[in-house]
This record gives sequence, C-alpha cells and structure tokens, in this order.
Amino acid sequence: MKRDFPTLFERSRTGRRGTRPPRPAEVDLAGLLGAENLRAAPPRLPEVDELTVVRHYTNLSRRQVGVDTNFYPLGSCTMKYNPRTGEAAAALFAELHPYQDPGTVQGALQIVYELQEYLAEITGMDAVTLQPAAGAHGELTGMLLIRAYHESRGEGEQRRVVLVPDSAHGSNPATASMAGYQVREVPSGPDGEVDLGALRAALGPEVAAIMLTNPNTLGLFERKILELIDAAHDQGVQLYYDGANLNAIMGWARPGDMGFDVVHLNLHKTFSTPHGGGGPGSGPVGAKAHLAPFLPVPTVKREGGRFLLDFDRPQTIGRMRSFYGNFAVMVRAYTYIRMLGAEGLKRASAMAVLNANYLRKKLAGVGYRIPYDRLCKHEFIAQPPEGLKALDVAKALLDYGYHPPTVYFPLIVKEAMMIEPTETESRETLDEYVEAMAEIARRGLEDPEWIAHTPYRTPVRRLDEVAANRKPVLRWRPEEA
Amino acid sequence: MDFTPHTPDDVRAMLEALGMQDLRELFADLPDALLEPDLHLPAPMSEQEILAHLRELAGKNASADKAFLGGGLRPHFVPSLVPALAQRGEFLTAYTPYQPEVSQGVLQAVFEYQTMIAELTGLDVSNASLYDGAAALAEGVLLALRQTRRMGVVVSQGVHPEYRQVLATYLHAVGAELRTVDLEDGLTPPAEFDDTVGAVVLQSPNFLGAIEDPAPWVEAAHATRALVVYVADPLSLALLKPPGEWGADIAVGDGQPLGNPMNFGGPQFGYIAVREKLVRQLPGRLVSQTHDVDGRRGYVLALAAREQHIRRAKAKSNITTNAQLTALMGAMHLAALGPEGFAEVAAASVARAHALAEMLARLPGVERVTPEPFFNEFVLRLPRPAAEVRAGLGERGWHAAAPVPAEYGANLALFAATERHDEDDLAGLAAALKEVLA
Repeated sequence: MKRDFPTLFERSRTGRRGTRPPRPAEVDLAGLLGAENLRAAPPRLPEVDELTVVRHYTNLSRRQVGVDTNFYPLGSCTMKYNPRTGEAAAALFAELHPYQDPGTVQGALQIVYELQEYLAEITGMDAVTLQPAAGAHGELTGMLLIRAYHESRGEGEQRRVVLVPDSAHGSNPATASMAGYQVREVPSGPDGEVDLGALRAALGPEVAAIMLTNPNTLGLFERKILELIDAAHDQGVQLYYDGANLNAIMGWARPGDMGFDVVHLNLHKTFSTPHGGGGPGSGPVGAKAHLAPFLPVPTVKREGGRFLLDFDRPQTIGRMRSFYGNFAVMVRAYTYIRMLGAEGLKRASAMAVLNANYLRKKLAGVGYRIPYDRLCKHEFIAQPPEGLKALDVAKALLDYGYHPPTVYFPLIVKEAMMIEPTETESRETLDEYVEAMAEIARRGLEDPEWIAHTPYRTPVRRLDEVAANRKPVLRWRPEEA
Repeated sequence: MDFTPHTPDDVRAMLEALGMQDLRELFADLPDALLEPDLHLPAPMSEQEILAHLRELAGKNASADKAFLGGGLRPHFVPSLVPALAQRGEFLTAYTPYQPEVSQGVLQAVFEYQTMIAELTGLDVSNASLYDGAAALAEGVLLALRQTRRMGVVVSQGVHPEYRQVLATYLHAVGAELRTVDLEDGLTPPAEFDDTVGAVVLQSPNFLGAIEDPAPWVEAAHATRALVVYVADPLSLALLKPPGEWGADIAVGDGQPLGNPMNFGGPQFGYIAVREKLVRQLPGRLVSQTHDVDGRRGYVLALAAREQHIRRAKAKSNITTNAQLTALMGAMHLAALGPEGFAEVAAASVARAHALAEMLARLPGVERVTPEPFFNEFVLRLPRPAAEVRAGLGERGWHAAAPVPAEYGANLALFAATERHDEDDLAGLAAALKEVLA
C-alpha cells in the first residue's frame, strides 16, 4: 500500500520557520491592544520551512488536472485555454486600493468603463454592472433588478413566481429562492426545447420572470425563442438570460436582440479567465434601459475625459459586493476581448460549435447514444452504450488522461454526459478522445469488472463519498486529540 | 488574434464530416432576424500590442503599494512563493473538483485551508470560501436566520458600511428585518434583543479600527437564543482572542490580508467558520477527508445535499463558483509565515499604525476619533473634508485619508499602516499631511 500524501500539519515541526518578516521591534502588545483582548495561544498553523511549502504545493499540484494539463470537456463550464497574457495583464494592476483618489486610478476605471461598453455591445444590452463576483451572484443581481422593476410598478406583491425550465442549471431555481420568489418548473418538450404550450399555460399575472439559457443545457438553441419571449412580454413577464452558454453564439446572435431583459455573463467561462479550481470568477450583468435605474452602485461613468465612480442611482437595488467587483478578473477579460476583437469572438464561437458537432457525430459513430441528435451549439448530451453507466465511463476516462464531461446533468436525461470541447482544442485532440471513448465503450461492455473499478492509475482511486457524508472530517486534527 | 488551433484544412475536413460547406450552416437553427449582428469593438491586437496598451493604462494609475488606506483591504507583504505556486497551471486552470481522483491537489489544499480558518477563528468548521467579506457576512446572517427560523437581524454600526449595504440587499430580498445600533464614542453600546432576532452582528476591530468588547452582545444574544455573527479581519486573529473564544457562533471576514494583492478591491476571498452544530446549514463547498477503495487517504466534496446543483430551489445558497484560488493563496501565505511569522507581521502592523496615529494626531486641527485600544486602522477627524485631503495627498504621491461615510461624523478619514511601511514612510506621510492641511 502506498503511503498517504502528508498534510502540511503533519510536516510541521515545532520551532521551524519559513518566510521571515523584517525583524520587528519589541512591541508592547498587551499595552497597545489590552491584555484581556489577546489570544491565549497562537493559532496552530503549520511550522514549516520554505522549501517544504514549495514542495508540498508543487506536489499537490501534480495530483491535480487542469486545462493546462489535460483535455477538460466539462459541459456548461467552458474550459477553454486561459492565455497567460491575462495573467501578465492582471499583474500590472495588482497594487491598487479601492479607496485611493479616483484621480490616481484613471487607467483602472477606464478598463472598467470600456469593459462595461464591450459587454453591452456583445450581449445587446443597454447598461452593464461588473460588480457581481461570479455567475450565481450575477443571477441574484439580475433577479433583484427584475424584482425592483416590478415593485416600482406596484406589481411586486402580485408577481411572486419565477418560471424555470426543468433542464435549467441548479443555480437558477436556487437564485430565484434567494431573491424571494417561488419557483415553478416548466417541462421540456420531446425535442429538448421548452414546451411553448406548457409555458404559455404557466404564464399569468403572478409570474415575475422566466429564467432561460439559450442554447439550453442540452446544447440546443431554443428555436421558438422569439415567440416565447413575445408571449411572456405580453403578460408583463421579464426574461432572464443565464449567460453560462454564451460561448455558443458570440458574434452570431445577441440575447438583447432576442428580447431578453437582463443577462449575466461568466467571465471565467466565455471570456477565458481562469477557473482557479472554483473561482474567483466574475458575473457581470447587462440590463435593458428599463432595468438600468435599478443596477447596483457604483458603476463607472465617463465625464469628458475623466472616469468616475457613479453612486447616483436613487432606485438602485443597493450594493451586491464590497468595492467594485473582481477587478483583476475584469482585466483578464478585457485583455481577451481586445485581443480577439469582433471577428475573433465570432470565430471562437464558430469553432466551439464546430468542435461540439464534430465530436457529437464521431461519438455517435462509436456506439454512444445522442438523445437529441441534431445540430447542437457549443455542447451536447451523449449517453453511454446500453449497459454502461455514465459514472463508469467518466472514471475510465481518468485513466486515459481526460477530464470527464459533466455527468448526470441535465436531470431530464438519464445517464447524461454533457460534453463541451470548446474552441481551443485541436482536431487531433478530439480524434484521440473519440478513440479513447470507443475503447472504453468496447472494453467496458466486454469486461464489466474492469470498468466498475476504474480508475487504476490516478493518485487515489474511487473514494468513499458515503463515509464522507455520513461522518464528515472537515479539518485536520492531531491523532491524539 | 484568437486561440483556435484549426487550419483551413481542419475546418474544411470537419465541416465535411458534418455534411456542411460553410461555418454559417452551424447556426442554421437560429432565426434569420438574429443572425450576425454588427459588433462594434476595437480592432484585434497581438499580445505585444495589448500588453503595451495595458502598460499605458497602468501608467495612468499611481501604485498604492505604500498606501495608508484600510477598510479591511491593505498593502501587506506577500511572500514570493505565494503567487509562484498559485500560478501553477494545475491550480489556475482547474474547476470545481467534481472528479476527486484527479483533483486531490485542490481538495487537499482546501482541506488544509479549512483547518487553518478553523484555527484562526477558534471555531469548528470552515467552508471552502465565499466571494468576499461582504458576501460572507450576508451568507452568515442568512445561515443564522435559517437555523433560528427567525427574521430579525441586529447589526452594529461598527460593521464595515459596504458589508452592511450588501447585507441590506440580501435581507430585503428574503423579507428579513434589519436594525442598526449606532456606535457611541466609536464603540458598540450594549443592546437587548427580543425573540424575533435570529442574528446579531458585531465587527472587531470595528470599521473605525477599535477593538470591541463582544461579551455583552454575545451574552444578550444567547439569552434569547439568537446567533452571533462576528466579523473579523483575519490578520487581527494572529494576536486577538478569536471569535470562537468570545462565544460567537459564526465568524466571517475578508481574506485579502492573507496573501492577496489589493487588486483595486477584488478578487480576494471571503471566509466563514461556524460551530459544529451549524455545519449542515453552511453555504458553498465543503471538503471532507475520506479514503479510497485501497484504503488510502483522500478528499472529496462533502454534504452536497446543501447545494444548488442537488437541492435546486431548496438549496442553502445559490453559490457555485466561489474564490478558491485566492483562498488557497491565503493558505499558502499562512503556511509560509507560520504562527510566529504571522504574529510578527500583525505586531509590526499594529506598531506602525500606533506610531502613525500618534504622529498625525499631533498635527494642528487633527484629532483621533478611534478610541483605545485599536488595531492597525484608525480614524482621524480632519479640519477639512477627507476627499479633498486625500486628493491633496495623492498629488504628492501618498495614498491615505479614505473618506469615512457621513453617518459616522463629519470630516472623518480612515488610515491604516502595515508591516510594509517603514519609519521614513510614516514621516513622509506626516509631512505631506501637514502640507496639505496648511
């Protein structure tokens, strides 16, 4: 049996030092802070030398895959290449404080202002806030705009329901709840698109909004989108666009032109900022003019040649985040947009869609089932051949050096594998991936024992999640304790 | 320039495999009326050109690496190994660790982070991170309301005003009641709470920098079975008695002072730690230790039944993406410094701030408003509006005197000092302030 990978705490030795700050003068802490306020014992942080820290995290990183190491077609997450240029760009703006005089941060404010403009242009919206810190945070911001709008028209009490398709991201219904709404699910039709008849039937004076993503989570463009939005608007219902899937249509179509009233974007998906193992991201929100008065404060405006923080929005929903949002993420997205330009963004989406369709076709040819086998956008749903589980295929892929697709989502497809290759993967990568998928299918059907116990070559093998949920161990403690 | 690898031959061959001739056919399912809008964006740039452009923009900013500005965000020294390790592509370009067999790096690093936050706060359990201090406060309060099944919240005015604004936004959405208790002489006065109150919120050191005595609020809150949410700057926890020891149920705060640059306000990370009994109410990701089929120790995301992708409308929060990489930078920072180094940094920051406060309060017309004892931030009353003074200092190359909102009083300015300032910096700022006020 291999030895466990030690924690930093197990590498700790009493009295060992790492980075040493400049030698401090004697400080009378009890005098300055009050003896009664001092902690009795220092926090039990690891005591390790610098090399141990560096080796620990470097070796941890080798137990981790990312886009930089492996093909990572995780559906709905847009795991595209994150140019290092973005990292160099962000470093130029790291040492700025949000409370320094606005006259000394004109370059930073210009980036915020221009990025607001670019995102409005790309989405077809009238105004943009960059304050939300992630996609779900943007969703909440957007839904609060809608709520404030209805309240301003005296319809706040009446409109208590938000419609969400059964294929929606889980964050949509969760957001609607946090925004104080009741959630009602709308079924998808047999074609995988929202059932227009069912949606019309669900509309009414109690409905505040519909949350949609287009293309939807099956990777399918909602072809009846214009009729759908007209039907909703006729009843005073607002349309929310979940921008998680914007990578499919940049430069080809705009949510604003479809008729959506509010949209959030994920800069860490569509605009290539790194996902960081789960953030930090950024979730800007675009709004049509009638929702703009409610945007969170501050936004950045231009007056003559000066850029200013604008707090003057009497109808604002308030603040969503401290300071101005995840600025360093914005710098990376700004860099990406300026490098690609309109043509580059359009090509990126075309290549993302080309790669997804190519992969869909190829996988269908090696035994995978495609429940909605028609033109898809940036992602598609596959199912393993009859007799295999999505989970097992996912685990087998790990041994072949691939990050698996999103599995068991959306919930409306059994054994779903949601595959999003993105535009930055080459044809060779896709072809090799298909070969691996073909071999896994063949071998898995021949040898159910083999696939049921995959992976074999990863740093650890299948982990006991039941034990972790039944008796979670959420922090390290010394053995004796 | 873009980052797509396909040659014209690749595109042709792949389209052919789909029975297509033209890329436009890939969008044939979109209504014609929507197709191919004219996007007005600046012309594309090469890497060299965009970096030159950005350097020009960066030149229009004045670096705040020696800023005497606070509000929970300050220039602190970050060991070089922190950005170097955080920039490893495996950490940088991974996403949420849904596949634990190939995500042990992030999962174990988060497990260690959770342990460090629990240690700092003196509480039992930390989650994997939240967006920032303000979101952490809002989530902490919502957690307390879920647990107590009450809808009343009382917050001290000593809590960072921007955090309180975010809290108000979140609470309005769920229809909870928010009452603010004003500071008296820079400190939170004793208060009483009735049994509609589910959460009481205190910050120490408070927004004015003063160290509060949390005991009366903790006692009064627990007398009516309300939960105490304690906002704490993590650097202060190197030296000060932690929230858990004061009897707080939930500790939240902003992690920027741990290993993160100021980034003009973001990203940093928010932390939240709670008592054991509240674990199943926690929002966001949680990592648990477990073992694999061969008996080896490993780590997984745990208690996902709290989360949006499982519970949908009944989730504890809608959060998915949090602030993982910046939180790991916090853990790397703490690992590099160790308990002694961390305490030395905090002590140096305290010493500098006290020295600075003494120097500045000697200037004519300047008066310290923050009572003793204070930590590494403090508020001065100036003879003129703080925004004007800040601008005057800015012209002289100094960043200080952040305007304090008028709700705390007129002409108030926030200052901070850290281990990054030396004696010349303090003297330089004092001289500049004297000039500006002259």
